Amino acid sequence: MAEVLVVVEHSGGEVKKVTLEMLTLARELGTPAAVVLGGPGAAAPLVDKLSEYGAAKVYAGESEDLRGFLVAPKAAVLADLVRSVQPAAVLLGSTQEGKEIAGRLAVKLDNGLLTDVTALSPDGVATQTVFAGSTIVRSRVTRGLPLVTVRPNSLTPAAAPATAEVSPLEVAVDEAAKLARVVERKVEPKGARPELTEASVVVSGGRGVGNADNFKLVEELADLLGGAVGASRAAVDSGFYPHQFQVGQTGKTVSPQLYVALGISGAIQHRAGMQTSKTIVAVNKDAEAPIFELADFGVVGDLFKVVPQAAEEIRKRK
Amino acid sequence: MNIVVLVKQVPDSSAERSLRADDNTVDRGSASNVINEMDEYAIEEALRIQDAHGGEVTILTMGPEGASESIRKALSMGPDRAVHVLDDALHGSCALTTSKVLAAALGTLNADLVLCGAESTDGRVQVMPHMLAERMGIAALTGARKLTVDGTSLTIERQTEEGYEVVAASTPAVVSVWDTINEPRYPSFKGIMAAKKKPVQTLSLADLGIAPAEVGTDGASSAVVEHSKRPPRSGGQKVNDDGEGGVKLVEFLASEKFV
Repeated sequence: MAEVLVVVEHSGGEVKKVTLEMLTLARELGTPAAVVLGGPGAAAPLVDKLSEYGAAKVYAGESEDLRGFLVAPKAAVLADLVRSVQPAAVLLGSTQEGKEIAGRLAVKLDNGLLTDVTALSPDGVATQTVFAGSTIVRSRVTRGLPLVTVRPNSLTPAAAPATAEVSPLEVAVDEAAKLARVVERKVEPKGARPELTEASVVVSGGRGVGNADNFKLVEELADLLGGAVGASRAAVDSGFYPHQFQVGQTGKTVSPQLYVALGISGAIQHRAGMQTSKTIVAVNKDAEAPIFELADFGVVGDLFKVVPQAAEEIRKRK
Repeated sequence: MNIVVLVKQVPDSSAERSLRADDNTVDRGSASNVINEMDEYAIEEALRIQDAHGGEVTILTMGPEGASESIRKALSMGPDRAVHVLDDALHGSCALTTSKVLAAALGTLNADLVLCGAESTDGRVQVMPHMLAERMGIAALTGARKLTVDGTSLTIERQTEEGYEVVAASTPAVVSVWDTINEPRYPSFKGIMAAKKKPVQTLSLADLGIAPAEVGTDGASSAVVEHSKRPPRSGGQKVNDDGEGGVKLVEFLASEKFV
């Protein structure tokens, strides 16, 4: 069986969940082969986890050049690998970096590209949800191999232990790929909460939360449910919560098992980012708020009464 | 500094949008079409750089006849001129072929800086800046929330999952921006009147030396097999808070095994 290349998303020596989803998907399409692109020593801490989810091989591209510049060197190494192994498909995460690498790879190989894919069948037909989750599209790459970016939380990762053979890649990056130099990389403490796009529970606050301080209420419920915190654009624009947590058309798209919307009216701008969540729960004082059209369970009421009571009830049940 | 801003006309994201039944392309006929919101931030950034460093700002759009409306709207914010790549054969182009056409058009414009929105609200693909940079052999600085121009050196700050990065390059370069970078101006009445007289150059595929078969539906590198409306979510249970709303909420969560 031909190899299916899975470009590993990793951070701080850990494999990100979307990678495990991609390995799970890759097993349906061929033999999963993980590709680690990073600085010296990047691959070693990741190999066990990649094996556990079925990677038969780990291609290790390790060089200062791969972390010192924006995506171009990664795309160059990946293009060489694709040319030499002729894989059945190439999967990347539908993240900013994953999409950027994929875009460059598409040009290098003159190969079609499908982004934000939620399913991929062995015959190469990919499923995408577009227009704020209102339309389902099935498409295929018609030039080259299936080059696909997979949206996080599209499938449930399943372990399938294998013994990955580690195969180092030669990293020869020419000057043309070193034009965008990373000067500084700043890590901001994010606490114990899961990452927004990968979380299985997301609790979001909107304009109804009222001010930045009140977001503690949103955070408290998120922590009790083991979830990530999100915010609507109205809340972000009002300065209640930082932009990187914005869910919606101009923010992140999330697709968790549970989405809790607190004080969010449910404008189309917000729905675009959360409509494909499995279960949606809303608290809003306006009974006519459009969020209730989506919610599996809605409470019409004052979130400052409902949320503390819910938090108390969860604590009681723990 | 010679700046080109990429502007895309998209169906209004606050209204109903759909794909055409006949060829699976975006239905522009029934939609209200607007400038891609994120592109307004790119225009604003270009105008601010022009204010500080001088030079010319050109709008570049690829799109059907109707896109000229969005071009005038863009010009009313203040840019000097526009180039419209217009050719019936472009209908149905994929991102890969679009990047080929835009790169060819940019090749005629000699830009020091190409600015664009980080993504469009219709496709949300985010690949165009890197595709263009790859084709043109220039740097791409993407997802900027802050851009600093100092002579020929460009520095951006961009949000990452872990925090943020500072990335630098020299001109020429493509820079894409998020909506956190600035607050776009509204066109003034004077701006709207002036826009009517600003030059808009039309370029055809022939002008760019690209064969019609290389682009559009025929030249596309991916194809939609089928599309359907996602069944709308139906609202479930809705209760009024009678003093027990929080408890009922948790009862629901427990019934779904979230608690």
